[in-house]
Amino acid sequence: MAAKATMAVTGIVLLSFVLGHMAGNLQVFLGPEAMNSYAEFLHDFGHGLALWVVRAVLLACLVLHVASAAYVVRVSKAARPVGYVMKKDVATDFAARTMWMTGLIVLAFLVYHLLHFTIDPLGAYHDFVDAEGRHDVHRMVVTAFQSLPTVAVYVVAQVLLAIHISHGGSSLFQTLGWRSPRNAKWVDRIGPTLAAVILVGNLFIPLGVFAGLAS
Amino acid sequence: MEQKSMRLTLRVWRQDGPNDAGHVETLQVDGILEDMSFLEMLDKVNQDLIRAGKEPIAFDHDCREGICGTCSLMIDGVAHGPMKGTTACQLHMRHFRDGDTITIEPWRSGAFPVVKDLVVDRSAFDRILQAGGYVSVNTGAAPDAHTLPVPKPDADAAFDAAACIGCGACVASCPNGSAMLFVAAKVSHLARLPQGQPERRKRVLDMVAQMDAEGFGACSNHYECEAVCPKEISARVIAEMNRDYLESRLCSGS
Repeated sequence: MAAKATMAVTGIVLLSFVLGHMAGNLQVFLGPEAMNSYAEFLHDFGHGLALWVVRAVLLACLVLHVASAAYVVRVSKAARPVGYVMKKDVATDFAARTMWMTGLIVLAFLVYHLLHFTIDPLGAYHDFVDAEGRHDVHRMVVTAFQSLPTVAVYVVAQVLLAIHISHGGSSLFQTLGWRSPRNAKWVDRIGPTLAAVILVGNLFIPLGVFAGLAS
Repeated sequence: MEQKSMRLTLRVWRQDGPNDAGHVETLQVDGILEDMSFLEMLDKVNQDLIRAGKEPIAFDHDCREGICGTCSLMIDGVAHGPMKGTTACQLHMRHFRDGDTITIEPWRSGAFPVVKDLVVDRSAFDRILQAGGYVSVNTGAAPDAHTLPVPKPDADAAFDAAACIGCGACVASCPNGSAMLFVAAKVSHLARLPQGQPERRKRVLDMVAQMDAEGFGACSNHYECEAVCPKEISARVIAEMNRDYLESRLCSGS
């Protein structure tokens, strides 16, 4: 049960990051000045220390989230060594049953996404510098999402992330003991609502750029 | 009034003993009346099997009134069958149609090993109760009822949780094989009452530890349990236990 609480708390942190990340990157549609000064602000805030503190916290949350998920999946698989010939699900849904799958694929996407924009091991965007000498994040994003295969990867990942959040965003309230018959109606809508907001916002970035709205 | 007799195809799990691999046996049964309960239907099938010199189907049953929690059948993939808030013994054959095929399986949980056919050993639940599902009070003359006031909403909530009959349908239906609804019903029942307060923290920690030791799965809020619970115990008890557990873990230093 401690594992589920860990998953819920780290889930809240990761979910908050996803929302902030979405809002931050939607600035790509406000033009190069907004995007690049925002990126520089993130890099320089607190003499560059804040960025690494946030990264460390997020990494720790991610590791704990995945580790507790691995534990929950392991004990749950072990709890039913012989399965049913016939089993009908009465209450659960697709999102809840596929949490570990959507989670693993989103994790793989996260690695790709970090390699793509943050780490950039091939240096594809290293020489993208704007007129004021800042890293030209705007041009990087616009360039990246001209490629249809790249856009497709991002779209698929966002759909899976939304499915993951539609369960997790509500489930965490039950796990932390905040759901009751009185609030269940709207608590159960929080996950799907967050998922819808994140899906629309995050899909708008690659699709909007691909459609030429940011250039 | 003459009742129509039904002919059914049963697909029943047959397993000679704990170490037998087991298999699904298909039986053609005839002469089932719609006023029979599901267990009476099995009684008739067994009588026919005995007359034919075959081994009857072993299944658990006791009160047949829906209050003891002994019957434990997975019927067509749903614990206790298709009727909401109904134990298998209170399920009647009028909810099935002539010619239906019915699949009957035992509860599937590593913590509930199959004893024979449809009978499973649920003593894991007893050990969880022994770990903390009690209050330590001096017995003797009953105190006056008004010496220990209980707010009406708490009394109602405690009573709803106490309606749990410990049948194990929650475990059987949970995609994760978790026993959270059962354990939480007991924890919430006592946590809502003044008598439960002295042992409140120790109780939830001990019962959860025993639940984990028995090898039940982890709850990931599918809510299958409350959907099939024959006593319609709400998953609110799980949220209450989660809160109690976290408070106890964080505040008791254990």
